[in-house]
Amino acid sequence: MAKKTRNLTWADVTPETHFLNRRQILAGAGAVSLGAIAGRGRATEGLEPNSFEDITSYNNFYEFGTGKEDPARYAHEMTTAPWSVTIDGMVDKPGSYDLAALTDGMTIEERIYRFRCVEAWSMVIPWNGFELRGLLDRVGVQPGAKYVAFETLYRPDEMRGTRSRIIDWPYREGLRLDEAMHPLTILATGLYGKPMPNQNGAPIRLVVPWKYGFKSIKSIVRISLVAEQPETSWNMIAPNEYGFYSNVNPAVDHPRWSQATERRVGGGLFAARQDTLMFNGYEDEVAGLYEGMDLKRFY
Amino acid sequence: MDLAAEVTRRARRVPVWVIYVLGLAPMGWLFWLGLTGGLGPEPIKALEHRYGLIALQLLVAGLAITPLCRIARVNLMRFRRAVGLLAFAYVTAHLLVWLLLDLRSLSLIWQDLVKRPYVTIGMAGFACLVPLALTSNDRSVRALGPRWRRLHRLTYVAVPLGAVHFVMLVKGWQWEPLAYLAAILGLLALRLRLVRSAFQQA
Repeated sequence: MAKKTRNLTWADVTPETHFLNRRQILAGAGAVSLGAIAGRGRATEGLEPNSFEDITSYNNFYEFGTGKEDPARYAHEMTTAPWSVTIDGMVDKPGSYDLAALTDGMTIEERIYRFRCVEAWSMVIPWNGFELRGLLDRVGVQPGAKYVAFETLYRPDEMRGTRSRIIDWPYREGLRLDEAMHPLTILATGLYGKPMPNQNGAPIRLVVPWKYGFKSIKSIVRISLVAEQPETSWNMIAPNEYGFYSNVNPAVDHPRWSQATERRVGGGLFAARQDTLMFNGYEDEVAGLYEGMDLKRFY
Repeated sequence: MDLAAEVTRRARRVPVWVIYVLGLAPMGWLFWLGLTGGLGPEPIKALEHRYGLIALQLLVAGLAITPLCRIARVNLMRFRRAVGLLAFAYVTAHLLVWLLLDLRSLSLIWQDLVKRPYVTIGMAGFACLVPLALTSNDRSVRALGPRWRRLHRLTYVAVPLGAVHFVMLVKGWQWEPLAYLAAILGLLALRLRLVRSAFQQA
């Protein structure tokens, strides 16, 4: 089975129907609510998306609590409008960008991606978003920049989970610049053609499908172009368990559990595990980024 | 009015089988919820965790019965065996969900057992509980005599192992498993002091 789904092409990433039906390409963030669900074609075989219900009721978003159902219960307390994102560091056009300004002119497309949590569960999610590189190109990355650092909103009175000190808030993540510029890396503003639900990281989040889910930082308020590898939250908590790269890799176990298999959420009480794919099935697209690197060392 | 005496008096009227029935009901109910979607989109992990948590709660309850009697004078001793056996039943259910629904592969199970300290520790806790469950009947109590009490001190090993297992398996340092561990260590400490004061009185 692993073999069958390993060799994905670009057509698998974005379903063919998407290319055929231009109406589904929704220009601008304001239009994301238009009929992408009704018009969405059948997903590529083996990539049948999870239900909207699954995707929005089983989340890790520790700002709202450590339970899987906490985000669905409490994330509505977060105000997402107005929303602005600070872009700073080694960029030509730093500043505080209003969400509309950020997404203005970007082509919002549907990307059906596998999503693999470091906890060995997975989903398939039809995101709506645009490539991060489009935004980075627009703000002008300066030559010295090597990494991109991201921060999640930290607003304790709207995020009850932040009262616990489990994470040194705000939540932080980072990518190497070439990872950030990769065409698979998107900033998502919605899923299933609807505006991003709060529990999934409204109004704008990162999605890096070949990395464990925690790298795909939610509710972003800051993007910084930097020269040095930035600190990232889970790596700060347990560096031996969560590396900076955190690429999905069935051959490198988490110290406390195997990463060789995963369970698709939504399969019920008798769902079997399935093999985890190298780079979460995006090996052909991203393996080149890590050529010559010892992935056991740079986990 | 003496609250402790009142609780003890009322508890005496509750037949022990009621504790077994009430105690086992959530096991079936949770399984039913898992089957019918009531435990969310990932029912296997949910069931595994819920059984494990109830097991730990029952182990804490079982550990509390003796100090309650000696210190607070609330006598629930006649329920102690039922609480202990129920805890064992939930630990077993927790283990079975892990084996039969979650992993379902001997090689995965073996790898987890030898490579994951929290699994090893949890399994060691379970192993401690097996002889206790087997000797929980009246005949064994009579046959073993004073050795029975010594054997059942394995509880003091098994219960903290369960809590350590919980502390180790969550991401980061979360307060809930630490609270269980603290409660258990507290209940064990009460015994130490009891032992000490008992010696002093003698």
